[in-house]
Amino acid sequence: MDLTYTEEEEAFRARLRQWLAASLPELPPRPDPLDWPARRAYDTAWQRMLYDAGYAGLHWPEAAGGRGATPTQHLIYLEETEKAGAPYVGANFVGLLHAGPTIAAEGTPEQRARWLPPVLRGEEIWCQGFSEPDAGSDLAALRTRAVRDGDDYVVTGSKIWTSHAEVADWCELLVRTEPISEAVPKHRGITWLALPMDAPGVTVRPLRTLAGSTEFAEVFLDEVRVPAANRVGAENDGWRVTMVTLSFERGTAFVGEVVACRRTLAELAAVAKETGRWDDGAVRRQLGWLNAEFTALWRLTQWNVSESERTGGVPGTGGSVFKLRYSHARQELYDTAARVLGPDSLDLDRDWTLDKLSSLSYTIAAGTSQIQRNIVAERILGLPKGR
Amino acid sequence: MDFQPTKDQQALRAGMRDLLAARFDRQALRAAVERPGLDRALWQALGDAGFFALRLPESAGGVGLGLPEAVLVFEEAGRALLTGPLVATHLAAGSVAGAASGESVVTRVDGPLVAWLEEADHVQGDASGARAMRSVDPLTPLHRSRGTRTPEPEAVLLAAAEQLGSAGRCTELAVQHAKQREQFGRPIGAFQAVKHLCADMLVRTEVARAAVYAAAVTEDPYEIAGAKLLADQAAVRGARDCLQAHGGMGFTWEADVHLHLKRAWVRAEQWQTADEAAEVLASAL
Ligand SMILES: Cc1cc2nc3c(=O)[nH]c(=O)nc-3n(C[C@H](O)[C@H](O)[C@H](O)COP(=O)(O)OP(=O)(O)OC[C@H]3O[C@@H](n4cnc5c(N)ncnc54)[C@H](O)[C@@H]3O)c2cc1C
Repeated sequence: MDLTYTEEEEAFRARLRQWLAASLPELPPRPDPLDWPARRAYDTAWQRMLYDAGYAGLHWPEAAGGRGATPTQHLIYLEETEKAGAPYVGANFVGLLHAGPTIAAEGTPEQRARWLPPVLRGEEIWCQGFSEPDAGSDLAALRTRAVRDGDDYVVTGSKIWTSHAEVADWCELLVRTEPISEAVPKHRGITWLALPMDAPGVTVRPLRTLAGSTEFAEVFLDEVRVPAANRVGAENDGWRVTMVTLSFERGTAFVGEVVACRRTLAELAAVAKETGRWDDGAVRRQLGWLNAEFTALWRLTQWNVSESERTGGVPGTGGSVFKLRYSHARQELYDTAARVLGPDSLDLDRDWTLDKLSSLSYTIAAGTSQIQRNIVAERILGLPKGR
Repeated sequence: MDFQPTKDQQALRAGMRDLLAARFDRQALRAAVERPGLDRALWQALGDAGFFALRLPESAGGVGLGLPEAVLVFEEAGRALLTGPLVATHLAAGSVAGAASGESVVTRVDGPLVAWLEEADHVQGDASGARAMRSVDPLTPLHRSRGTRTPEPEAVLLAAAEQLGSAGRCTELAVQHAKQREQFGRPIGAFQAVKHLCADMLVRTEVARAAVYAAAVTEDPYEIAGAKLLADQAAVRGARDCLQAHGGMGFTWEADVHLHLKRAWVRAEQWQTADEAAEVLASAL
């Protein structure tokens, strides 16, 4: 058990730090967090800077245009960018963290050449069209139909909660190519397609979140023609392809945010000291608790990363363990912020109020806490399946 | 960076587990409950295996290993509910004659509590006027004392490692039971209410594990306080949830669950309490 980084890793950290210090001042001013078109512009500009400096797709395999960095280097990257206050992946989230890795793993050489470079250069952004009004936690129950017609699939149905659909160029779309029947259980008969968001028949209707933003949307698909060449993986094999995608999402997607939480906690303690709330022992100890939580979550991250470095596989179910604790801890962080701020926590212009509202989604998005517990119980602890 | 246990560390842990399986299995544990008292022969066997001298330099006759190794063997001790003033004796190795070899039993006045006072050959601190109490844990005799406590980080961490072992064991016990016990025509582990109880036990244990192991590597006093806080929680909540998963059986003297819970309560009061740890962690902010 060792927590020291190798010389090579430290050299990588030093180069990255230097580059961040020189580059971050060149970024345009931060956009209004509720304005997604402005956020797209900002996030893709940052991605372009990463590309030009050779940091784009750091953890992607080199064959897919990435840098083939080790899991530890990727961890260092996430730690340093967050510490430097660099932008989060933001609108590039789906492209970089799961559509891209999925195409890299399952796509044809032509598909990789077509879709991966624009993701890395920040030219095209992706959204994720998995959930449907009647298929959320029970994702395999999805019903959006795709019927083969010549060289195209004709797609009809609707998707929901599609994050930044409004500003996306492409959508990783799950469709049903065989209706559910005795012969075709619901996990089969699903296909993974790349949908161009500007295709005729695609309608995006933004949904307002409880935080007041339009960060996600409903997507209606009315006889949309999608070339069969846009299919990633075999027809009816989309569930397996999807599992590849989700393991990326759960395994690495939240790493950088732990660092952000530790920074927020330090800021919160400073505010508590200024305002006198620090003298309340219960509040002070709650802050101490959170310090233990986020330190441990950071150590758990390092544990998981060094485990995947040893085994060389895609991130495993350990991601569910992390996600469960992290999402609740982060909600507690903002609950504590409200306790420190008192009535100011009701002011949308105060720091943390918007974050507190956003944090309510953490126990729902990317698999609810209940579903994560099922995964932990069945796949890690081996408890019998049930309902 | 390679945070995973090395081959040697894995072998050390496996060796400790084997030793305890041979010398302190369930039968021995239940016998200890019936006839409380310290098993001197076992204490000696621990000494022979290097449990107490683990961190003593080789030049001083020790094994010359570090805190990460100590944490792994204390985790095993916690898992098996091994009895006796393990932490105090381990820390006394090198300074109290016979402690390192397992020939003498050392206890320490730990603030308001002294464990194993009457069995100990050597007491560190002033235990005069200490009053025996009827200990909630049948396997840990306790005295009330008027001592003060200056928590030594190593003691705090080793107690946390024992809590971690106990938490892990309770998760295993709950999962085993949930796979076997049938109600409504299926194993209770197929019901989500039980499944989620078990999943939360695992999550608390794994987060505590990361904290305990990292603190052993960094030896940072704040991380050590955090490790104790999270391990106390994992052990106490884990034992309660394990008891719940066992139903009426869990409420009996026959099931081992109460022994884990009671020991976890004792350890939560030892060396550094949750409130003390939280204050330490707040002072780091
Ligand atoms: C901010 C945000 C962004 C999102 N972005 C995207 C996106 O970009 N693309 C996309 O495809 N989806 C996205 N989602 C959707 C998200 O994946 C789903 O909301 C989530 O999987 C839950 O599905 P649901 O909303 O239909 O809730 P439901 O599945 O209806 O669940 C409702 C409640 O029932 C519980 N429940 C359901 N089934 C079970 C069960 N078997 N056992 C125990 N409890 C159960 C759930 O835990 C929950 O508490 C996003 C969601 C949010 C909040």
